[in-house]
Amino acid sequence: MIEVDAVIIGGGIVGASAALFLSKAGRRVALLERDFCGSHSSGVNYGGVRRQGRPLSQLPLSQRAHEIWGQLPQLIGINGEYQRSGHLKLARSLNDLHALQDYAASSLGFGLDLQVLDRNELRARFPWVGEVAVGASLCPDDGHANPRLVSPAFAQAARRHGAQIHEQCAVTAVEHDGQRFRVSTQTGLDLHSPWLLNCAGAWAGKLAAQFGEAVPMHAGHPAMLVTEPLPLVMNASTGVEGGGIYARQVARGNCVLGGGQGFALDNARARPGQNAVIEILRQAVELYPFLEGAQAIRTWSGTEGYLPDRQPVIGHSSTQPGLLHAFGFAGAGFQIGPAVGQALTEIICSGASKTPLDAFSITRFHSISVA
Amino acid sequence: MKSVVIIGAGPAGIRAAQTLVAHGVRPVLLDEAARGGGQIYRRQPANFKRSAVKLYGFEARKAKALHQTIDELREQLDYRPDTLVWNAEAGALDTLHEGRAARLEFSRVIVATGATDRILPVPGWTLPGAYSLGAAQIALKFQGCAIGERVVFAGSGPLLYLVANQYAKAGANVIAVLDSSPFSAQARALPGLLSQPSTLAKGIYYRTWLTAHGIPVHQGATLKRIDGEHRVQSLNWHNAASEHQIECDAVAFAHGLRSETQLADLLGCEFTWNPLNRAWLPQRDRAGRTSIAEVYLVGDGAGIMGADAAEMAGERAALALLEDIGYLIPPQRATQLEQSLNTIGRFRQGLERAFIFPESWAADAADDLMICRCEEVRVGDIRQVVREGHWEINRVKAHCRVGMGRCQGRMCGAAAAEIIACESQRAVSDIGRLRAQAPIKPLPFGLEVEP
Ligand SMILES: Cc1cc2nc3c(=O)[nH]c(=O)nc-3n(C[C@H](O)[C@H](O)[C@H](O)COP(=O)(O)OP(=O)(O)OC[C@H]3O[C@@H](n4cnc5c(N)ncnc54)[C@H](O)[C@@H]3O)c2cc1C
Repeated sequence: MIEVDAVIIGGGIVGASAALFLSKAGRRVALLERDFCGSHSSGVNYGGVRRQGRPLSQLPLSQRAHEIWGQLPQLIGINGEYQRSGHLKLARSLNDLHALQDYAASSLGFGLDLQVLDRNELRARFPWVGEVAVGASLCPDDGHANPRLVSPAFAQAARRHGAQIHEQCAVTAVEHDGQRFRVSTQTGLDLHSPWLLNCAGAWAGKLAAQFGEAVPMHAGHPAMLVTEPLPLVMNASTGVEGGGIYARQVARGNCVLGGGQGFALDNARARPGQNAVIEILRQAVELYPFLEGAQAIRTWSGTEGYLPDRQPVIGHSSTQPGLLHAFGFAGAGFQIGPAVGQALTEIICSGASKTPLDAFSITRFHSISVA
Repeated sequence: MKSVVIIGAGPAGIRAAQTLVAHGVRPVLLDEAARGGGQIYRRQPANFKRSAVKLYGFEARKAKALHQTIDELREQLDYRPDTLVWNAEAGALDTLHEGRAARLEFSRVIVATGATDRILPVPGWTLPGAYSLGAAQIALKFQGCAIGERVVFAGSGPLLYLVANQYAKAGANVIAVLDSSPFSAQARALPGLLSQPSTLAKGIYYRTWLTAHGIPVHQGATLKRIDGEHRVQSLNWHNAASEHQIECDAVAFAHGLRSETQLADLLGCEFTWNPLNRAWLPQRDRAGRTSIAEVYLVGDGAGIMGADAAEMAGERAALALLEDIGYLIPPQRATQLEQSLNTIGRFRQGLERAFIFPESWAADAADDLMICRCEEVRVGDIRQVVREGHWEINRVKAHCRVGMGRCQGRMCGAAAAEIIACESQRAVSDIGRLRAQAPIKPLPFGLEVEP
């Protein structure tokens, strides 16, 4: 039997950063990960570390995350290829450009320092962007990082601060005996603790349902691909207003691109699928003409949880004291994840998160019947 | 309508096609190369005029028969050369042909994707002038050119003597053959090898021929290092007794072959560890059926057995496919093929004992030895990640990029696995299997799409 202050289910960036901040605060933590830490969404995502474009309700938390990302080497011991390259959101029509202007106006005061660029300014500053873009919005301090390195490093750092990290250790049963949680794993561990953190990503719905608060979450599978190393051209991470494809270039020269949806192979594995891959290969050359003739060398996808309003669930369970949820990040949890871990830590250590979490309460689904 | 599809027009794929056609099925035959024949019986470009004997030696008759078969079948097949299968999903293959992407749905598919060299790098292996044995052979067979003026062949496996022999016969100056397997291993393997006396005789013939023509053949000889400023200038090798240097301008090396299994992987086939091949291989029964009902595996792509076995396996799997879709097949033929495959299987076990895997390679590899040339990952980088606690090969790949580049680990995967196993003190079967990811070969931006 293992007695701890908090059991965390899920070793993605959310669970691992909670483990790190809790152990730094002196709490005894056990993190249970079914596979390897950072091997799912958190390790295979596009690597966009951006605030721009998020719903306003996420910006306080996202801003907080921005500060944590600024301290990455001190926090996890590596820089994770994190760079504040800027995030450039492209508009393909004047309507889209207006939408970017509106967003810039409404997000004033959150510290994003957005600059809206017209066609000429865009051409002058980012000459590698294709003619289809009529303007853009630049968030100069957003950027990108290597998720394969960053997310596992959060778990490693937590381990260095004393957290127990159990990999290849799926949680099989959870119960609450009126005083504390009893958690059992496939590997035969038996853990007791007053706090339980449900950070199980796309798989978190099961535990919520067990405690009588089912959520209408579905899994999505963003398609990704990477090119062979190319001469350095892109000096910003990019996206497109209204969706479409996104692209960044890493220091080695490889361009990472995402767009469209893949499909699930099974409960835990996904592939990008040829449709999405071919769409990226076709569309990308319009937005980034320098890619013409380059080669894609690898594709992949992941399994991510989406709620109907594309906002996460973060905070207290409404049915079980001691249970905290943090899941359903809708393709945008990599940047915000570390701040979520910090907010959960504050709930446990000081009773409440410094950043408001009301918009993310699980109770927003209580009146909705789950399909 | 969904088709019966064969991927790969080598010995296995062509015999499978022939068998299907003989029973009235018109398969689609996809092949990455411009002309059928596969690697071993690769055909020269149409305007080259070397004789079959010159190109294929002992195997000329078989090569000619196979080429003739595919030429004669052309009208009864939907043959699509120059077509790369870059992705596979349940029930469909994604292809690339002259810059156009298309999708082909299949009812059944026979995967006959062959093999490539198993490479265990040595210092200097990325210098111009250093080739794999298979690549050296293709240069000669396809383009009629040698990889250098003064060539050394090194490593192990039957290809070693065969390619050395082909080079010498073509007039190249073969300076030495360095066989890493000790003579004692080959003597011990003799009983197994005797199950295929004619193949054994050929092997002995190649070696004897080389010696008779004054080409030094060293056994128990390990290639240690390749040196040169801008290209290969010399190499060092050693045996139990001493170390030697040879001046040369090209070297071809490999330690046997490894199966090309990415498509089987993408198609969802179950894999098991195969100690004989020292690799994860897709499961299949004696007839070539896999864990996926619509997928059959034949030839070296499913485990290294050589060209003769590939022809038989191609026919056997085609019979299984026909049976599975309701055709009557001659059962005695099926049994006969399985028996012959069995015999070759025993020979293959003997070969593996004769050309033993150099188990100490990983422990001896220096930290600065390049393993993954696409991503420039060295032995030390891999060891470092293992020391951080990672041992599962896909995790190690995620951390240091080994196997992440344009060859997708086809060149470096086997060597990386040996290093990981050695450093983590696990068996090479206990570090997981490098997962395949599409595209199995690079795919260009701006491609056109078939409507
Ligand atoms: C392809 C892709 C691209 C993306 N791009 C971006 C981007 O550019 N920027 C951005 O900010 N976000 C992006 N995201 C989203 C981001 O990756 C996720 O929102 C974030 O990583 C979620 O972290 P997590 O810890 O909640 O989930 P995960 O990383 O999925 O972690 C959950 C973990 O829980 C474990 N688990 C589940 N059930 C159990 C159990 N019973 N027992 C033990 N363990 C269990 C799982 O194995 C898993 O490791 C992308 C996502 C994907 C899939």
